[in-house]
Amino acid sequence: MSNSGLEFPAPVGGSHVAAVHDPFHGDLLEVSMGPHHPSTHGVFRMMVTLDGETIVKLKPVFGYLHRNHEKLGENTSYLASMPYTDRLDYLNSMTNNWAYALAVEKLAGQPVPERAEYLRVILAELTRLLNHVCLAGFLLQDTGASGTPLMYAFREREKILDLFESLSGSRMMCNYQRFGGCRVDASPEWLAGAKHITDNFGRFLDEYEELITGNEILMARTQGVGALSPELAISAGITGPMLRATGVDYDLRKVDAYGVYSRFNFRVPLGDHGDTYDRYMIRVLEMRESITILQQALRDLPAGPIMDPKAKIRGFRPKAGEAYGRIEGPKGEIGFYLISDGSPNPYRYRVRPPSFVNLTVLEDMCLGQTIADAVIILGSVDIVLGEVDR
Amino acid sequence: MSEPATDAPGLSDAERDELRRHGILLTKIEELVNLGRSKSVWPLQFGLACCAIEMIAASMARFDIARFGSEVFRPSPRQADLLIVSGTVTKKMAPQVVRLWNQMPEPKYCIAMGACAISGGPFKQGYNVLKGIDRFIPVDVYIPGCPPRPEALLHGLIQLQEQIRTAKSSGPKTTRHLRPGDCNYPVPEFGDRDLEPPANPAVWQPPQIVRSEKA
Amino acid sequence: METLEQIRDRLLARFPGAEVTLVTNPGAAAQHSLSLGLAHAAAMALFLRDDAELKLDYCSNVTGVDWPEKEIIESTKVSVPDPAGGPAKIVEQKTKRIQPGSLEVVYHLYSMAKKHGPVIIRLRTANRTDRANVPSLTPVWRSCEFQEREVFDLFGVKFDGHPDLRRILMWDEFTAHPMRKDYVEPDDYEWEPTPHGTVLDKAKAHYPPSALVAAAPAAPAHGAPTHAAPAPKEAPKP
Repeated sequence: MSNSGLEFPAPVGGSHVAAVHDPFHGDLLEVSMGPHHPSTHGVFRMMVTLDGETIVKLKPVFGYLHRNHEKLGENTSYLASMPYTDRLDYLNSMTNNWAYALAVEKLAGQPVPERAEYLRVILAELTRLLNHVCLAGFLLQDTGASGTPLMYAFREREKILDLFESLSGSRMMCNYQRFGGCRVDASPEWLAGAKHITDNFGRFLDEYEELITGNEILMARTQGVGALSPELAISAGITGPMLRATGVDYDLRKVDAYGVYSRFNFRVPLGDHGDTYDRYMIRVLEMRESITILQQALRDLPAGPIMDPKAKIRGFRPKAGEAYGRIEGPKGEIGFYLISDGSPNPYRYRVRPPSFVNLTVLEDMCLGQTIADAVIILGSVDIVLGEVDR
Repeated sequence: MSEPATDAPGLSDAERDELRRHGILLTKIEELVNLGRSKSVWPLQFGLACCAIEMIAASMARFDIARFGSEVFRPSPRQADLLIVSGTVTKKMAPQVVRLWNQMPEPKYCIAMGACAISGGPFKQGYNVLKGIDRFIPVDVYIPGCPPRPEALLHGLIQLQEQIRTAKSSGPKTTRHLRPGDCNYPVPEFGDRDLEPPANPAVWQPPQIVRSEKA
Repeated sequence: METLEQIRDRLLARFPGAEVTLVTNPGAAAQHSLSLGLAHAAAMALFLRDDAELKLDYCSNVTGVDWPEKEIIESTKVSVPDPAGGPAKIVEQKTKRIQPGSLEVVYHLYSMAKKHGPVIIRLRTANRTDRANVPSLTPVWRSCEFQEREVFDLFGVKFDGHPDLRRILMWDEFTAHPMRKDYVEPDDYEWEPTPHGTVLDKAKAHYPPSALVAAAPAAPAHGAPTHAAPAPKEAPKP
């Protein structure tokens, strides 16, 4: 898996040895990056073994935010777990809610009315815009462009968060989806606000791209860095923009066509090289596609109920059985696996976190790169520790 | 300067205001130092979980923590004076938090932001969640919320600035490093089921509650 | 995509002597699964990945499930002859047996090449104590690497053939397996301001006896209802 083509003998003594003596190549230095480090996007730790500045070995260590979400899921009822799903990938609470609601609806065989499906698509695509713009900001912060791109990104994020707050009551932890629909209906004023933001987002993206995408420093630092081959990506279970940057055409919105995504006309951008620049560009292109989907959804939103009238809220006890429901979240495939034994609490509640599985190839991408590149590569994987550790 | 100067030589507030209008500031070194400290609190770039995103939002253009003096979030604990514990502190992370706290030079302050840092929050019943960072380090301001809005964080920061400004060099309102006692907090170790010790008895004792039989 | 029965038949044909059972899923999702015997599991997984029809190259999710041992009481009607010589009586006899517990690992497989799925396979350990080993499928699908480590960490299932099996979410010195049903968490319930339900029972262990005052006015009962209740009454079931 090493990109450098050199064979380094394994350091003796395991990972606790600081400087390892390799008689031919000199001392190897082990550095622990994190869990408190400005570049690690949360409490994530990388044990990096360096030869000079080149990375020879990289072992990720996490669990610093392990909040026993799955055990809590077993001790709380289905509906009471919905606020906990907000806190998994805490940047995208709407898509986490939808993935969980989808899994439970599959488990219980619960249909969802059309207006609710459209609202779910609108909120999911707004969340995707939020997430990708934040990622661009954080990635550029990691390259050293400290402050400015992140400020622009958060300016747009605040506009969308205002929308979420007026709809669901909370900026970040929306707790909005229910089994059988949505909790609150969107008023015409809200829809007008959403349309206004959608129409202006394209212009913001143009401004942002003019500022950043053609920037030579960004290109020099990200092109060719952290390349990932499609075969390794498929085998390692990578999903989301990271997979599509390698050229594999697998977007759950097209493959599973869950919800009403089959009614929208949108393209799936694919990358050529699988390097960090491709991962960044894929997200920019996906933002443009999200704008297209949003415009179609806002135009075609039907009237009607937002909640299935026969949905049972109190005393919800799905029949014994199991279900795995998944959606294309902004970071990849987020899935929920639920085993029910007929009681109000699930017997087994499992979250399939995209960031956790995407980290499998972190070492492969970083071998042979410099330590400064490791920071950027980690930034382009787009992890959120709430999801990695649950 | 709004603090009634009970131990200053007999000048009333009105007279001090009058002097100040003429460009003469009559104060104590202690108050000047406190003013300087409170108006330039530099937080440590330390975010654990969801509250960290609201902390970042508070430092961005809309809510702008820079106008309160916290312009620079220092990456190194040696250069910071405020630790905003934003997010759930897990037992795996707790030793690192205490180590960071020990590395910060005095006078240092701690804000527990969010329900998780105050008491474990929604994840309280769990095998890996520390029920509040105040079990190991002394907290000055608690900001409830899940997550608290950026305005709440700013409110908490202003409260902290009030506390700093009214701190004395002796007596009950002394800053922590001037009080007698050891300023180094022991770092907990990983045991085979829990942290050892599970809490720092010098910092935290469970409050005694009087309960009725039916509760 | 072919049905699970067809996949099972092909697996049995290709690996004679292997155990492949269809596990039906009674719920509305109708996601049935195949339970594979441990002896040939790794080879069967490789077959599933490389087969031209299935091409299940993407392992999406690896889950651990704990099935603790269950006491099953079966009652059978037995005819007992009357010692006094009258007609035989029909008596119900209860037999108890302990169904041994096991740990199960569930894999959700999809195909990125052919865009179909899921095919769900299950591996069950022999017991929950000393024979909790299953073959690791990391050599087949690299995505199992971290997820199997997590199942090892939280459930205690040992994966034979995993390149780096150690704890991933808990610290290395931790000894228990927290997601098991019989795990007892450490007792740090000394400060619970508003406990109710099971938390109240755990918190009561820490109350000093002098803190309980008998004559205080009644407080709302466990699981307080959301609407205002003038007098304490039984909490409605959620």
